[in-house]
Amino acid sequence: MSAETTAPGQAPAEAPPPTRFGRINVFTRLAAWAGLDPRLLGMLAALAVIWIGFHPLTERTFLTPRNLWNLMVQSSVVGVMVGGMVLVIVARQIDLSVGSVLGFVGMVMAFIQAQVFPLEVWWNPLATILVGLSLGALIGAFHGYLIAYLEVPSFIVTLGSLLAFRGGAWLVTSGRTIAPLDTTYQIFGGGVNGSIGATASWIAGIVAMALIVWYFLSSRARRRRYGFTVRPLWGESLVLSLNLAFVAGFVWLMNSYPYPGTTEPRGLPVPVLIMLGLGVLMSTVLRSTKFWRYVFAIGGNPEAARFSGIPTRRITLIVFMIMGVLAAVAGIIATARLNAGTNSAGELSELSVIAAAVIGGTSLSGGVGSIPGALIGAVLMESLRNGMVLMDLPSAMQNVVQGSVLVLAVWLDVIYQRYRRR
Amino acid sequence: MQTFPLVEMRSIYKAFGGVHAVEDVTVDLYRGEVVGLVGHNGAGKSTLIKILSGVFEADSGQIFIEGEEATIRNPRDARRYGIETIYQNLALADNLDCPANVFLGRELMRGFALNEDAMEAETRKVLDRLRIRVPSLRESVINLSGGQRQAVAIGRALYFNARILIMDEPTAALGPAEARQVGQLIKQLKAEGVGIFLISHDIHDVFEYADRISVLKTGRLVGTVRKTEVTQDDVLTMIIAGMLPHRGVVTPAAQPQISPSA
Repeated sequence: MSAETTAPGQAPAEAPPPTRFGRINVFTRLAAWAGLDPRLLGMLAALAVIWIGFHPLTERTFLTPRNLWNLMVQSSVVGVMVGGMVLVIVARQIDLSVGSVLGFVGMVMAFIQAQVFPLEVWWNPLATILVGLSLGALIGAFHGYLIAYLEVPSFIVTLGSLLAFRGGAWLVTSGRTIAPLDTTYQIFGGGVNGSIGATASWIAGIVAMALIVWYFLSSRARRRRYGFTVRPLWGESLVLSLNLAFVAGFVWLMNSYPYPGTTEPRGLPVPVLIMLGLGVLMSTVLRSTKFWRYVFAIGGNPEAARFSGIPTRRITLIVFMIMGVLAAVAGIIATARLNAGTNSAGELSELSVIAAAVIGGTSLSGGVGSIPGALIGAVLMESLRNGMVLMDLPSAMQNVVQGSVLVLAVWLDVIYQRYRRR
Repeated sequence: MQTFPLVEMRSIYKAFGGVHAVEDVTVDLYRGEVVGLVGHNGAGKSTLIKILSGVFEADSGQIFIEGEEATIRNPRDARRYGIETIYQNLALADNLDCPANVFLGRELMRGFALNEDAMEAETRKVLDRLRIRVPSLRESVINLSGGQRQAVAIGRALYFNARILIMDEPTAALGPAEARQVGQLIKQLKAEGVGIFLISHDIHDVFEYADRISVLKTGRLVGTVRKTEVTQDDVLTMIIAGMLPHRGVVTPAAQPQISPSA
């Protein structure tokens, strides 16, 4: 193109300033003011509709402490992995191998635990878990290396691993199931000995509440110091009390399901604690690091990230390593819960994990996603499955519903995004 | 006291395969000056500028920053010399907010954690300095207008005390009102003593903001002229035919004439 000349006097009138605020409705403004993501509120509403809807359809068993307790334990395998998947997808990658990695790592751990180490010695679960986590990290680093440094597309690398590690899980014992496992190790599955009891649950709840109060106070003080506007005190207290009430309600719920034939409450199940602990760790500590910022920058504009001197390859490698470790954690929970290592553990769970992340607001085009959203997505998917099982729907039907819900959720998100961007 | 140019690129050569993208080009830039770089696509403007910003390395030639020879091998080296580039395609991460974009790759930290509040406060300062209003700093930049986004990109260069700013088609993606806003920023930066290389296809823009204009054609420098002494037609003749006008041509050693600025 040549240097173009525009005729003088052709300059159009001053464009009116964009009237952005007119379009954002009261609900959105209120949510933003309260520091809540409107999309997150939308998902919580969808979850509430599903829960309330299932209650009468399941002869009033859905909304019982027993079922909700089980629902949380069932959600934990996907819930543990979904945080890693959020990072992977935000960085414009995909990991199709998590189910197979879960199966392979679980199988290796079961094999080492039952056939290499002596069972029922104190160090056995510890050593097994260390082996499992290291193996997960190694597999993740291997994926990350192929993807970031050798530039093989992640879809292909992890598709290959989906097949290879499923085969690997079979090869560990030529397809034999390994059972039983160490009794201490079974704690991680949330079975009979897998919850921490009422007192410890309340202590955990109070610690969590104290942390929330501390976070509110310190961030408020900090914003004051920089002279930013802070919410009025009553608004802050309202949001804070909602948060505290949620924690207290959750602990109370988990404490309302007793052991069979007793009135002794089970309390928080260990796998749920792991899921929530990892979720909180990722969405607070990890979220405030450079690493997190860089993952999102890479997802938003890889070129800008590179021009800004961000080590994009190294960041991508670490993202896949985190995913590998989380798949190993899920492997621990799955094998402990089953009290066995089987080569089919985690089959198709990559799809549930991706679906949960996407339902939770993670955009497949990268750059957008949140851990709390993804955790709600995991519970939502599991609620559908749980409810349909209680309704005695055939599993073929369950798949049809779950698949449709996934597509529906993404379609709604597309509409939401279109509405927002204008 | 002798004043050195802020930047002098002397006899720069760069070839890709057998094609000479830049051949024996010499340009310079003084403090508070805007030098327009014009020419057809493929004339070598972008290659020349990417050599200065560290994206490419020159095959031969020298770069002097304030009279001292500089070695620029990558974008990080360029930044060390205070050279910042604002790209045509607005190299912002759309999904991040203003502070995140301004500080991308150079975050302010508090221990292991990002110091979000400090970055927000500094971003506000730098945008105030540019007299740019943004509805909310904590919103993704995708919600901002083109002019505001360009201001964030400029703010980013400015915060890290850019002395030398390269603007590659800074108004190409913008509407007329927003382009004027960026024009204001250029004048302001100039007044603050920043030297600016302005690459533009729009001869009006170049005439509006540049003090001198360097014209490139097929990888070679046609010449550098003082804006006040030539007409737009003169510059177009240089671009199209490669012919120098009768007056206004700056000989390489001559001191430039900097038009007084606010």
